[in-house]
Amino acid sequence: MSEILKTEEFLMNMGPQHPATHGVLRLVLTMNGEVVVRAIPHVGYLHRSTEKILENREYIQIIPYLDRMDYLAAMCNELPYVLAIEKLMEIDVPERAQTIRIIVFELNRIVSHVMWWGNFGLELGAFTPMLYGFREREEGLNLFEYISGQRMTYNYMRIGGVARDLPDDFSERTKNYLKIIKEKLKDYDGLLTENIIFQQRTKNIGIIPRETAINYALSGPMLRGSGVKWDIRKGEPYCSYENYDFEIPTGETGDVFDRYMVRYNEIIQSTRIVEQALEKLKPGEFQAKVPKKITPKGEIYFRVETPRGEMGIYLVSNGTSKPYRFKVRAASFCNLSIAEEVMKECYMADLPAIIGSIDFILGDVDR
Amino acid sequence: MLLKLIGYIYNQNTLWEDLGRILHFLPGWLKVFLAGGFAIVFIAAFLVIMVMFQTWLERKEAGHIQSRHGPMRVGLWHGWAQPIADTIKLLLKEDITPKACDLWVFRLAPIVVFIPAFMAYVCVPFGNGLIASDLNLGVIYILAITSLVVTAIIMAGWSSGNKFAVMSAFRSAAQIVSYEIPMIIAILSAVLAVGSFKMGDFVAAQQNFWLILFFPVQTIAFLIYFISAVAETNRAPFDLPEAESELVAGYFTEYSGMKFALFFLAEYTNMVTVSAVATTIFLGGWTLFGLENIIPPFFIFLGKVLFLLFVIIWFRWTFPRLRIDQLMNFCWKVLLPLSLIILVLSGLLASVNVYDRVFDLINNI
Repeated sequence: MSEILKTEEFLMNMGPQHPATHGVLRLVLTMNGEVVVRAIPHVGYLHRSTEKILENREYIQIIPYLDRMDYLAAMCNELPYVLAIEKLMEIDVPERAQTIRIIVFELNRIVSHVMWWGNFGLELGAFTPMLYGFREREEGLNLFEYISGQRMTYNYMRIGGVARDLPDDFSERTKNYLKIIKEKLKDYDGLLTENIIFQQRTKNIGIIPRETAINYALSGPMLRGSGVKWDIRKGEPYCSYENYDFEIPTGETGDVFDRYMVRYNEIIQSTRIVEQALEKLKPGEFQAKVPKKITPKGEIYFRVETPRGEMGIYLVSNGTSKPYRFKVRAASFCNLSIAEEVMKECYMADLPAIIGSIDFILGDVDR
Repeated sequence: MLLKLIGYIYNQNTLWEDLGRILHFLPGWLKVFLAGGFAIVFIAAFLVIMVMFQTWLERKEAGHIQSRHGPMRVGLWHGWAQPIADTIKLLLKEDITPKACDLWVFRLAPIVVFIPAFMAYVCVPFGNGLIASDLNLGVIYILAITSLVVTAIIMAGWSSGNKFAVMSAFRSAAQIVSYEIPMIIAILSAVLAVGSFKMGDFVAAQQNFWLILFFPVQTIAFLIYFISAVAETNRAPFDLPEAESELVAGYFTEYSGMKFALFFLAEYTNMVTVSAVATTIFLGGWTLFGLENIIPPFFIFLGKVLFLLFVIIWFRWTFPRLRIDQLMNFCWKVLLPLSLIILVLSGLLASVNVYDRVFDLINNI
């Protein structure tokens, strides 16, 4: 009898078309009933060989391609590239341009995190947060549309500055937006943060210990959630971040809830930065004098702290008008590398929560 | 004739007696047949209209919770015709049968899921005398019939030939079987208070004092029943079998067209069923402290059912979903002991006639 009624592990294919995998991630799950024994992620369904394409583009043509990698934080993708070129060519960027960059960079972080917040709720079965998140994101996108004409792929950064100056009432509208965000965070508390079901679902699952987080080269909220106080904006400031007063939120145990709280607090910190930047915003040039032909020479790795973590641009240039080698260190890709480690011996229902807490963008993973 | 029929909803007469008097010239078996036919038509119409209204209510309520409007276009006034449009759409959809399915079980499952949901209404008192058959064991009958749903869910999940569907069916079986226990115990504590299994007796006993007002025993019994009922109908936050972020659409992932519509219909019908049972057992059925003489009892009943449905929908759009182990823990470690305590307390109160005395006292005022 026991031979007939034996139980065995079975394979399950989650994705590439599945509502919880944020696009086209494929997970091959070895299941033991409700328990996931192993989960092996397969990436590459969205590969567009952007890096190779970029090696055949002029330097100024590269920026719009970068928008399409992490499409939820396009401003943050453009920045490391222009900063890298500026550093290679030793261009001095005017102060106003620096401040504008910080404003859009942090606004993009807010927009990205707010959207993440909504989707994280959806991952755990609460549908309403998603629409709340989208509602607040909408206002932010309106701001970006106001300054760049685009809602998602901005093409706003330029080597030596930004494409257009800020409109006159931008400051006013942004302040208004920040006020809305701060108010809505209370709603967010009520819907998810303080909800007992939410806390039970997220606490003590998907734990990444401090050492593991460092060994897997995690960055951003994934790393900070495990209690490592590392932020490139503080550690290696760019765009004069050293003049701004903000804190680095960190977690303790490194579980899903900690990562949630880190992102939640980052929204608050980003509003603080934008407020300070708006005060520092003074009239002036928004673009530096840049040579007609952009032909940097040399090799550089430049990194910034995007909403998802460390995004680095590795660029080798041999003095022609096109890069010799262009490599992107995408935060999503490196953060996803821990998926196999952290999705061991958990419940099936924990998978969406863990996937959500990694917060990867498939466009950024596959490039 | 139509006016007369509508009159039954308003009047206090017993429908079947009157029908028998009007049709006295017919042979007895035909009368029974006609009465049954009328009951079926009434219940079917009631359910279809309720389900349609519920889909509209759900979308409107979800919309307003999520700071949007919900359907606004179809039918010009707040999208009232949206359910009709949805029904037509579902009827016209292609019916896809997956290759890997177990054909006959696959075809049977939607019917098996729908029929018990429908049958439970045999002994739901919609109004004064508006009950198809007031069975002696009405409560037990309803509980037995509604728990048949799990068979259909396992059939659907297994026959689909889809691993997500199978997992969902297992979850659903575990969940429904577990939550049935506290649910039944909660109802039993109410049965002890009234001293009858008849649905009609429940309403008659609560004419002037609802059972839920026996604080705290019956109030907690009501809460236990309501929570278990939400779990029983697979609604959020207990919608694990349909968890779209884990199992796509659960046991009806592979169903499309009218077969899918039947699952949908059954789910919403079950919601109406549990609300109707809660209304009858704990909230006084079609009575409203004497107001039933002015307002048609059917509408009082409908109002209470709709209120409970509103609450169930409200749950869905505010809570995240539980995990399977938390779900089971909550049932076996919280609800079950609590319901047992309530049952014992209720038995003690009944043994010293507290319920009867309170009912009598209030009836005499």
